[in-house]
Parts: sequence; structure tokens; C-alpha cells
Amino acid sequence: MSLGKTEVEYISRLAAIAVKDDEVGEVAAKLSNILDLFAQMEAADTQGVEPMAHPLDQVQRLRRDVISETDQHEKLQSVAPSTSEGLYLVPQVIE
Amino acid sequence: MSWEVVIGLEIHAQLTTNTKIFSGSSIAYGAQPNTQACAIDLGMPGMLPVLNEAVIGKSIRLALALNAEIGRKSVFERKNYFYPDLPKGYQTSQLQYPIVGKGTLEIEVDGVKKTIGVTRAHLEEDAGKSVHGILPGMSGIDLNRAGTPLLEIVSEPDMRSAKEAVAYARKMHELVQYLGICDGNMQEGSFRVDSNVSVRRPGAPLGTRTELKNINSFRFIEKAIEYEIARQIEVLESGGKIVQETRLYDADNDVTRSMRSKEEANDYRYFPCPDLLPVVITDEDIDAVRAQMPELPDVKRARYMAEFGLSDYDAGVLTGSRELAEYFEAVLAATGGKDAKVCANWIMSDLSGALNRAGLSISQSPISAAHLAGMIARIQDNTISGKLAKQVFDAMWNGEGSADEIIASKGLKQITDSGAIEALVDEVLANNPSQVEAYKGGQEKMLGYFVGQIMKASGGQANPGQVNQILKAKLGG
Repeated sequence: MSLGKTEVEYISRLAAIAVKDDEVGEVAAKLSNILDLFAQMEAADTQGVEPMAHPLDQVQRLRRDVISETDQHEKLQSVAPSTSEGLYLVPQVIE
Repeated sequence: MSWEVVIGLEIHAQLTTNTKIFSGSSIAYGAQPNTQACAIDLGMPGMLPVLNEAVIGKSIRLALALNAEIGRKSVFERKNYFYPDLPKGYQTSQLQYPIVGKGTLEIEVDGVKKTIGVTRAHLEEDAGKSVHGILPGMSGIDLNRAGTPLLEIVSEPDMRSAKEAVAYARKMHELVQYLGICDGNMQEGSFRVDSNVSVRRPGAPLGTRTELKNINSFRFIEKAIEYEIARQIEVLESGGKIVQETRLYDADNDVTRSMRSKEEANDYRYFPCPDLLPVVITDEDIDAVRAQMPELPDVKRARYMAEFGLSDYDAGVLTGSRELAEYFEAVLAATGGKDAKVCANWIMSDLSGALNRAGLSISQSPISAAHLAGMIARIQDNTISGKLAKQVFDAMWNGEGSADEIIASKGLKQITDSGAIEALVDEVLANNPSQVEAYKGGQEKMLGYFVGQIMKASGGQANPGQVNQILKAKLGG
């Protein structure tokens, strides 16, 4: 399966990853390779095989519903580009 | 030619846990911004989510109440999209293997019962909140809500009117509170209803739907759907097309408006979350929850009718919330379990009326179930009449103590001594000879006049039944 420019642009927009015009060809080829691999796997007969949700054959461990985290917002916000009155600041998201 | 309305609802119920779905941060409402958002909630590198055990039992509760399939092996997936209030760039949710599968909920509209299908209910984490207008050109992000556990309950498109949709939403609202899995607080966003609305010609394939979001009262949900149905029919009948979009309801103008549509079509690229393993639910888990299930509203309602002889209406009102039902049962038990109708009446008329006027809920009632029961017991043993009870009720409402204390302090004890009542009757009849003549001449309505005079002479304390009896005997003799 080979992807074209339109698909690469769509996927890069969804993933929020900038792909320069001169990189499109290379990215398209790489992504197509990955899809080819999936196509190969899809061709395998999986009749009667239970879908695998996780490669580890284990079940989820659970945590007790007890508050264990304390307020560390000052520390956590020290790495944020911009904050004000406890809020993280980002470029305006609505008009 | 007529149109058929098709409505499906997606309800987000915030689960009543102490902590988030994947971290030990508190989910208490109203904290200072970002004081309840830890490194896991923020999606910091290297953090590993661990599932909160409390959400499993609460999901099983819902499944049992809806007679739904239980996902014996449910899987968390990543729903990928970018928005500033979603720190990880994906929402951890469930898609293919939800924790609650197909079930049903029965609703009733204008006396007609209807079964609505529930497609599934899946666990997911809530996003944070954006705060606008604090600085020009900037939005503030509060991530306290990020990671709050939600059950998203998805219905089949089985509802055919705004009324049915609201009946379903109300029923689900009542149910999740009965089950103790969600506090139902719509103002704080603990119970959010999104409506998918479309219209079609009967028998035709489904029409294009629009989604109504962020409406926090049942009344406005009904009005918004009504408006949206009318709008869609108008567009279609004038030859237009419905655009699939999210619309917001403007309550001030009673219209729905298109939300600025996202540039991209929804393409969430779900895939299983590698950080979380499948969640397995065993028979023992289900049995343990089943053993602790509260009585559900429909069962309770039927029991109130069968066991207490209450009408369908009374039983429906009293079982409208778990708190109200518990209050009623406490009053009834404390008054010896008889006179259910009397208990129901006091709760449904006097108490509910007073609570409504004061804007209080039953759990905030100034009159405790024990106090109300104490008053009803004094009516039952003829210490006070129903009329005096109203005074006692008002005094209890104002915090003046128990019924017995108020009866003693205000001297409200009913006069039941027939000798004393006879004296009062004689006095009134002696003082009103012309009225007695009129009565004997056939004016029977004079009886009411005499009763009024006697009650007045007794300061309202004579037992009305005895007054009537003695008065009739005297006048007849």
C-alpha cells in the first residue's frame, strides 16, 4: 500500500507533527512500509484467536481509592512556559 | 407527511470516588486551580497510571441495575486528539471492550411505559477546564478535573420525542444516585447529558444528526431538543440539508447555535493503551456487588403500592430520590408502620412544600424524620388534631424542638374529655338561639357555623370528631 501526499498531510496534521514539503516523499515511503507490514499480518489466518489487548499475559492491578497525592503545583509549574494565579497559560483556544 | 424524531443520549456520570481514575489525587470539587493535579494527571514522562478499584464496583452496580452484560475483560484505549485541557494528547477511554455492555432502562411518559436500549457504558477520564479572559490572547488551564472518573452511558437511538429523552435522562439521574455511584449534581457537571437529535420520514434510514451539549438542566434539555427538532424540520422542508455538528443551547433566547466546528473531522485513532492491562471481572466480584445492591426505584415503587397501599402517584413521588424514600421509611417505621398514607401526605404536601419554598432538599430538612414521626404519633393517639398539628409542624420547622416539647410549651394538647366538649357545645348553643332555630327549621349548613364557634371557644383544641358527634347528638335530641 502506498500513501500519497494528501494522506501524509492529513496524518501529520492529526498527529500535530510538521512535515516539510521536501520530506513528504520520504515520510510517505516509511509509512507505506509500516502499512505493508500490517497488511502482511492481516493476511494471517486468525480464525478462533482471541484478540490480544496487551502483549503481557497479565491483568490490571488495582489501587485502593485513597488520596495519596499532595499539592505540588508550584514544583510542577516551575517547568511550565507560562502560568498565572495557579493556571497554566496557553495561546487562546477560542475566539 | 409527518416526520419521525430520533434521539439518542450520551450521559457522562462522574463517579463518586475519593480519587482520580488513574492517580491518588483528590477529585473534591472547588479546589484552587491545579492543586489536585499530580504528575500522572499531567502526563509527565515516566508516569504509570494505576486503576482505582472503586470504579469497578460502581460500574458493576450500574450493569446490574440495567440488566446489562458485564465486560468480563475490559480494555482501556487511547482516544487521540489535541486540546490544551488534555495534557497527554489522548483521553484514556474504552471502545471495543467496555466494562458495561448492552442493557435496558424502562421509562414512562404520560402513563405509557417504554424500554430504552442502553448500548454500553464505558469508563474514561475527564479532561481539565479552560478558563478564558484572564489575560488577552491567552487561555488558562486548570487540570484539577483531568483524570476524574466518568462512566459514559450511551443509549440506543430509541427515543422518539423530547419528553421521552428527558424521561430517560431523569430516570438515569435517579438511578445513578440510588446506586450511590454518582452525586447527580448537574450544576457542578457531575451528570452531563449530550443529546443526538435527528428527524426522518417514518421508515426511512436515519437522518443526519446534530449533537446538543453542555445543557445543565432537564427543563432546558427538553426545550433545546424541541427547538432543534423544529429547526431541522424547517431546514429539510425548505429543501436544505442538516449539517452534522455540535450545537449549543442559548437559554436566554431559546435557540440552539452552531458551535464553531472543528477543522478536522473526528478521527481519534483509538488503540489499546499499553500502560494499562486488561481489567478482569470475576463471578466473585459480581456476587460481592450484588450482595450490596440497594433496592432499585422501580422495585421500591411497586413495593410501596403493594405493601403500604399507596397510589401509583404517591409511590412514584416518594421513591423519586433515595433520600426521600429513606426519610419516608424512617417516619413510617417510627410511627409503628401503620398509616402510610398519613405519613406520605405530611411528607408530600406540608414538608415538600416548605422545602421547596426554602429551596432545600430533603437531606437539608430542618425537621428530622424522627421529629415528624413524633408529631404524627401525637395525631395517632389523639393528643393533637390535624389542625393543631399544622401549628406543631410550623414550630418544628422553626427549630422550636420536638412535637412533644412544642405541644407542652404552647399548650396545644387536644381536648378529648367529652364532658369538657359537651360543656363547650352547650355554651355555644345557648349563646346562639336564633341559629339553633334556623338549623331546626332546615338550614343544615348551620352545623358548620356551630362547629366553628365551638372550635374557636376551645382555642382550636377540641377534638373535631368528638365535637361533631356531640353536637349532632344535642341538636338531633
